[in-house]
Amino acid sequence: MEFAELIKTPRADNVVLHRPFHAAVEGTLCLTGHHLIFSSRRHDNAEELWLLHSNIDSCEKRFVGSLGTIVIKCKDLRIIQLDIPGMEECLNIASSIEVLSTLDSVTLLYPFFYRPMFEVLEDGWRSFLPDQEFELLSSATDEWRLSCINKEFSVCPSYPPVVIVPKCITDEELRKVATFRHGSRFPVLSYYHRKNGMIMMRSSQPLTGTNGRRCKEDEKLINASLRPGKRGYIIDTRSLNVAQQARAKGGGFEQEVHYPQWRRIHKGIERFNILQESLIKLVEACNDQSHNMDRWLSKLEASNWLTHVKEILTTACLAAQCIDREGASVLVHGTEGTDSTLQVTSLAQIILDPRCRTIRGFESLVVREWLQAGHPFQQRCAQSAYSNSKQKWEAPVFLLFLDCVWQILRQFPCSFEFNEQFLIMLFEHAYASQFGTFLGNNESERAKLKLPQKTMSLWSWVNRKEELSKFQNPIYEANSLVIWPAVAPQSLQLWAGVFLRWNRPSQYLEEAQEEMVKIIKYNKELQDKVKVLRRHLAEMEAAERAQGNL
Amino acid sequence: VENVRLLDRLSSRKAVLGTLYLTATHVIFVENGSETRKETWVLHSQISSIEKQATTATGCPLLIRCKNFQVIQLVIPQERDCHDIYISLIRLTRPVKYEELYCFSFNPKLDKEEREQGWKLVDLNEEYNRMGVPNNYWQICDVNRDYGVCDSYPTEVYVPKSATAHIIVGSSKFRSRRRFPALSYYCKDNNASICRSSQPLSGFSARCLEDEQMLQAIRKANPGSDFIYVVDTRPKLNAMANRAAGKGYENEDNYSNIKFQFIGIENIHVMRNSLQKMLEVCELKSPSMSDFLWGLENSGWLKHIKAIMDAGIFIAKAVAEEGVSVLVHCSDGWDRTAQVCSVASLLLDPYYRTMKGFMVLIEKDWVSFGHKFNHRYGNLDGDPKEISPVIDQFIECVWQLMEQFPCAFEFNERFLIHVQHHIYSCQFGNFLCNSQKERRELKIQERTYSLWAHLWKNRADYLNPLYRSDHSQNQGTLHPQIAPCNFLYKFWSGMYNRFEKGLHPRQSVTDYLMAVKEETQQLEEELEVLGERLANLQKSQLGDNKVKSKQQDRSKQLRLSTSNNSLANTPQEYSNDLKSFPSRSPSQGDEEDSALILTQDNLKSSDPDLSANSDQESGVEDLSCRSPSGGGCLPSEDSGKDSDEAVFLAG
Repeated sequence: MEFAELIKTPRADNVVLHRPFHAAVEGTLCLTGHHLIFSSRRHDNAEELWLLHSNIDSCEKRFVGSLGTIVIKCKDLRIIQLDIPGMEECLNIASSIEVLSTLDSVTLLYPFFYRPMFEVLEDGWRSFLPDQEFELLSSATDEWRLSCINKEFSVCPSYPPVVIVPKCITDEELRKVATFRHGSRFPVLSYYHRKNGMIMMRSSQPLTGTNGRRCKEDEKLINASLRPGKRGYIIDTRSLNVAQQARAKGGGFEQEVHYPQWRRIHKGIERFNILQESLIKLVEACNDQSHNMDRWLSKLEASNWLTHVKEILTTACLAAQCIDREGASVLVHGTEGTDSTLQVTSLAQIILDPRCRTIRGFESLVVREWLQAGHPFQQRCAQSAYSNSKQKWEAPVFLLFLDCVWQILRQFPCSFEFNEQFLIMLFEHAYASQFGTFLGNNESERAKLKLPQKTMSLWSWVNRKEELSKFQNPIYEANSLVIWPAVAPQSLQLWAGVFLRWNRPSQYLEEAQEEMVKIIKYNKELQDKVKVLRRHLAEMEAAERAQGNL
Repeated sequence: VENVRLLDRLSSRKAVLGTLYLTATHVIFVENGSETRKETWVLHSQISSIEKQATTATGCPLLIRCKNFQVIQLVIPQERDCHDIYISLIRLTRPVKYEELYCFSFNPKLDKEEREQGWKLVDLNEEYNRMGVPNNYWQICDVNRDYGVCDSYPTEVYVPKSATAHIIVGSSKFRSRRRFPALSYYCKDNNASICRSSQPLSGFSARCLEDEQMLQAIRKANPGSDFIYVVDTRPKLNAMANRAAGKGYENEDNYSNIKFQFIGIENIHVMRNSLQKMLEVCELKSPSMSDFLWGLENSGWLKHIKAIMDAGIFIAKAVAEEGVSVLVHCSDGWDRTAQVCSVASLLLDPYYRTMKGFMVLIEKDWVSFGHKFNHRYGNLDGDPKEISPVIDQFIECVWQLMEQFPCAFEFNERFLIHVQHHIYSCQFGNFLCNSQKERRELKIQERTYSLWAHLWKNRADYLNPLYRSDHSQNQGTLHPQIAPCNFLYKFWSGMYNRFEKGLHPRQSVTDYLMAVKEETQQLEEELEVLGERLANLQKSQLGDNKVKSKQQDRSKQLRLSTSNNSLANTPQEYSNDLKSFPSRSPSQGDEEDSALILTQDNLKSSDPDLSANSDQESGVEDLSCRSPSGGGCLPSEDSGKDSDEAVFLAG
């Protein structure tokens, strides 16, 4: 397929661009295979807008006389309006945008065409390999092993080729356990708590069904993670009701009788369309510019978004509490083990492990607990809050995770190496990107698409000095402790940086950031100067003393 | 009384045993704990209500609610003791004479001169001069010299030059409580002004020539504009109802060249109830997100804050952009009018966003113009219907603006919280009584101390590290966003849940930056010293004073390294400045709280689980029975770490 066939009007002049908090600008609109480009015809070329087609969530057109107007709503929640003179041009452009923003084939997407304009110093596809992770682990414990059982993705299609499992469990046993777990997602190691040797595993639901099927190997695997005489907690991210309903469909949960050393706790984290609807309602409320206080609060409440944030954070805190405070091991699962499970395991690690609060560590966490763990990014992030098309598998699961991280960051502003911008950047790239990192639904699909060979990794770009400086928290001080966020409603806030990003002037907050950077920078400069002077002085004094001695 | 238990609001299991003392001025609770003996001090004047609850097996519960939003739950073993305490507190917290208040016995060990200096810190004459009056258009009038015209006004009031004594007195007779139009803020750049008054006694048809002349005079004092706005801050319905009582609002037909405008801010009774409702939401035990947001909306509190802000924005815009003078009034012109005038001034003039300027602003728009502090904040026993959080709302408006303009204010959130605290504390004389006249009669300045001097002395604690006077945000008028989602939805937990540290961010950017700035300053000093010495050394290659200078050097280095250490440890160490406050020790609250919230939550959600499932699931019970701090099952090395953590998370 040629993109040119889809673009009947590649260029339109005298187009007027409207954005909130910006004066309208007149300029030229160009369509390419992957971008919508707007450029004002001013000489300084100050006003230029590049928009990826894949970032476009919905496109509406309307006409007043022969003046057409296209309203483009993006997955990053921005809304822009283009006034295009000429009915035909407008229709052509609108239909091109519609087609180009909803291409079916992954390989037609921009990452497959993108050529980086920067020098690649480090291949991000190879930055976070399971072997390195395992090496770290084996320096602390030898009770676990790296299993290559899933080499050809033959046992579990949504798992990576290598996983970490208890040493005493053979691959044969793993194969049996896989048949007992939804989507073959058998329990694997998610996190090892160095402080007390407790661990966190994740899996999908067991297929107990209504007749209470059991699997000896599954019981053995789970118990293998326990220290002698110790107990563990199974955190089921579904309410008991939902878990019981799942039994009727062949799923279920671990029966106490078969897992006597484990205590099960049910928490109700919502799934799929409920989350997607919540996002849609929230964004609608945030875009309502009417100045009525009551309507705003009730809309915020009705969206339930913060309720979801609270529930996820609470569950993650509970898991962290079990590990750090109760000295117990934890197994987390929901139904498939690809959504709420990952929210809980990754947030618990941020609470427990200082490494996850660094930039590298957080990237590694996203790779391990989301990409390799098989969170179906492509399905979940296909559409965002504005799409009119019928929802299939879309859900802001990853965005909710980022929101929770932001809540913790807000409560511990000095404990994270990265800043809010870093989280927002990840949100943007999960939905639309020039990089291949978030394409595909799991490692198997990524391997089939040959993403590492054919596309650039997001990490190759981010981890360069020039980019990193934008994402560094100026007031970071490494904090080696467990950080316990507050989860009361008074302690949680709407993430304005994402949801009100396009509806508020950012100037004053940016100025505050700059001021903060300035203060820290000046302090560092002085520190260096003092150090140099001190050394200089000491040297001179030493020389003098030597002279005196002579 | 011994063996009293102080309960933690978030979890009944975390009670501490201690001894309760009642003094003439404070309620003091001292914990029995061996090492720290934490103390909780509460001023009687801070107590807003005491509630005796039904006796239980463990004792007699007493609930004390404070005006600074602290809630204290005590359980007293003996019913009789509890009753005695209750009766004493009721008496002690409702003084009938000003002389009983704390400020008359409070002695910060300052001599007479220092006290007088303290009162001179904020000088309104100086302030009016700063604004640029008197000038060709405005002058001081002395008609109120002996409070003869209006007893709730100050003696010195600025009025238009063309307003004769006859006009002023005539106008005052046509205004509620004789509060005639007077200058609140004057804008040098364009001659526009904000004036304030009470409502006119217009009834359905009454007119007053002098009052009409007075408004004319205000218009003429601003030659650049051919009309003035008259802003009635009440809802239209309220204003109309007042007409039936012979009061009301200006008729545009009778006054030449005015534009009349209603801005609906509700009255003190609505505000009192609104706060009450919001505090009930704050007191909920483990509320869900919906409970909280719904309760917050239902209280209407943020809606009222927005109404006040909107009025301020309207006036600031009229003055700064249109260059039109504004006359503001409500009913008596001492509540809503004070709120609105001060918000507008704050938006208009960067000076009021400095620490000193903010003190001046409160002194000008609130204290001098007869805001009824005694009635509104219940310092003396009085009519509970007069009590209303009027200035609290103004303080919250300032906080909301600070959230939106982080570099625009010289002071920080702590400053606002401490000002609010002392409006109720009666520890300083500034906010006593209902008017300047009463304060002069009581000789407040000779018998009490000024809060402003106290705050000014500790100003290092109240600075906003992001503030720079030459910053763009501090050049002229602020233009806040007014759509509610833009900022006004924010609930101020730092104020209304002030004493529940567990709910707040555990690290403070402000404190961190303040520490860095302090260190920077030390570095600057050291740099200078080092530079000097280096120069000296280079000059006199073989100086005799080597030994001396080396000693100096060592002490200097020591000082710096300690400051470095504390910085790396915890930014929070710098926030322990609440000593003078009757607050719970800041090390309470922290992480164990959140741990407990979790167990509770999880108890709740698992209850149906227990009954619905035949499996024996006692795990949850176990979780909560065991000490949440892990106790015995953790390696000993860990408990040491834990205590570290507690210290770290404090504050």
